[in-house]
Amino acid sequence: MSQALEVGLFIFVLASFLGYAVITKVPGLLHTPLMSLTNALSAISIVGSLILAGAGEKGFATLLGSIAVFAATTNIVSGFLITDRMLKMFRRRQAPEGSKKGTSSRPTS
Amino acid sequence: MNDTVIPLAYLFAAACFILALKWLSHPTTARRGVRTGEIGMLVAVVATLFHLQIVEYRWLSVAIVAGVALGVPLGLLVPMTAVPQRTALSHAFGALAAGLVGTAEYYLRQPEIDRTTMIAIGLEVVLGFLTVSGSLIAAGKLQGTLPDRPWVYRGQNVVNVSILGIALVMVGILVVDPGRAVLVPIVILLSLVFGSMLVLRIGGADMPTVISLLNGFAGLSASMMGFVLDNELLIVAGALDGSSGLILSITMCKAMNRSFTNVLFGGFGAETTTGHVERRPVRSIDAEEAAFFLDAARSVVVVPGYGMAAAQAQHKVRELTDALQHRGVDVKFAIHPVAGRMPGHMNVLLAEADVPYDRLFDLEQINSEFPQTDVVLVVGANDVVNPSARTDTTSPIYGMPILDVDAASSIIVVKRSMRSGFAGVDNDLFYLDKTQMLFGDAKAVIGQVLDELSRLPTKEAAG
Repeated sequence: MSQALEVGLFIFVLASFLGYAVITKVPGLLHTPLMSLTNALSAISIVGSLILAGAGEKGFATLLGSIAVFAATTNIVSGFLITDRMLKMFRRRQAPEGSKKGTSSRPTS
Repeated sequence: MNDTVIPLAYLFAAACFILALKWLSHPTTARRGVRTGEIGMLVAVVATLFHLQIVEYRWLSVAIVAGVALGVPLGLLVPMTAVPQRTALSHAFGALAAGLVGTAEYYLRQPEIDRTTMIAIGLEVVLGFLTVSGSLIAAGKLQGTLPDRPWVYRGQNVVNVSILGIALVMVGILVVDPGRAVLVPIVILLSLVFGSMLVLRIGGADMPTVISLLNGFAGLSASMMGFVLDNELLIVAGALDGSSGLILSITMCKAMNRSFTNVLFGGFGAETTTGHVERRPVRSIDAEEAAFFLDAARSVVVVPGYGMAAAQAQHKVRELTDALQHRGVDVKFAIHPVAGRMPGHMNVLLAEADVPYDRLFDLEQINSEFPQTDVVLVVGANDVVNPSARTDTTSPIYGMPILDVDAASSIIVVKRSMRSGFAGVDNDLFYLDKTQMLFGDAKAVIGQVLDELSRLPTKEAAG
């Protein structure tokens, strides 16, 4: 096994465990933003796409690389924007709640 | 210089991504998470642009500009009701990038590719392209351009598994003999066909599982790209996305008490219930009576389902609950994990309608409260409130964790007609003595209840 592969596998397995630990803490309330955020993050494949598109290779490779850059950029931009749009909507009950007819003070047994 | 700075930038980006997900664990810190993710992404992209291998900036600039031009409207203008489709579409885009890079890397490196790299390229291409077509089909189903019902025929599983099997065998041949370039387009084609076939046979209510699974596949494909390019940042980000997608799809399966294989190969909901609706008597009420019942209650729990999203009734529902709260009624929302078409779908719709998130409760939090609840208002939910999931061992949904709304004092069900839910099973809840059916389009009916409620005199002292 090559050194690079060994390091890669280590990182892959550890990152998966870390992902498990972090993501199981995300409440069901935020599962839709979670999906759109992880989607934006995985568009980090733009890194590989940029190198491919800019390496000055044969036309075919540059074409595939450019399409990949386009697709990844779309995901980054739209993914972050829509996640933030969603999260902006999640708000707590306002402190001065409409009529204070004891709605929030009612004991919830 | 370049050799140190770029890896350090990537390390910084990986740390940002992990923090971004960590901060998503609470609504108060979630937006900070998004900012952090953005910073990490920006740093990684800028660092990459200084990579020594990049010598030609023309085409990638065009591609970035085009990507931004499409990404901004997709991010800012897509209505919240279309979020499931948009998510499926973005899985397709992410997977397309991975699949194309994998394909290009193959052609640049062949005919001499070491085995591990070829395995990674093969998996990247197969996972990438099956996710592309699968996600496009899913987006079509969610948008309504393709039929919601599963497309099933005899021997379908054998055909599907064989298609995937042949693609994997070809990858195996390429690992042994990377020079057989002719196989690569066939592998791509087979992966595309397999992805479409897989999702075509999945029905609307199973979309939460499938969309999560596709999310995971797209992530794994990006991770494989990291192995091909020896890029640790890609491996990390892909693994995070992959584990997120897999965790969500397992959560969805558990919420339905079904296995992966059952969701993917079961063809659930395919049997259309043709005229099998029992003619048992139900109690039907009108908007005026419903308003009266709700107003008389001290506590109300609203159970939204896909029907609320389909009728776009979330704003009317919010207005109704506001009005009730003003009249001294305690209102909560009970959200089943698989309500809607993607994980968290109901929460986003209600948040958009300006319902505070501390009024939204999930299954475990709310189930113990139903015995003390005066009125449960079911809006467009069906299978997730079917008591036979607890009792009837012959029911297809037996064992599925449900919202125990039948424990409440009375139940009002807003529903278009007596048609059965997605699982095609009759719902005993509707025939209980304490259940009242309020027939009609959710948005219109809730609007009428709201009107009637405003005509009622205000209560003197609540309770």
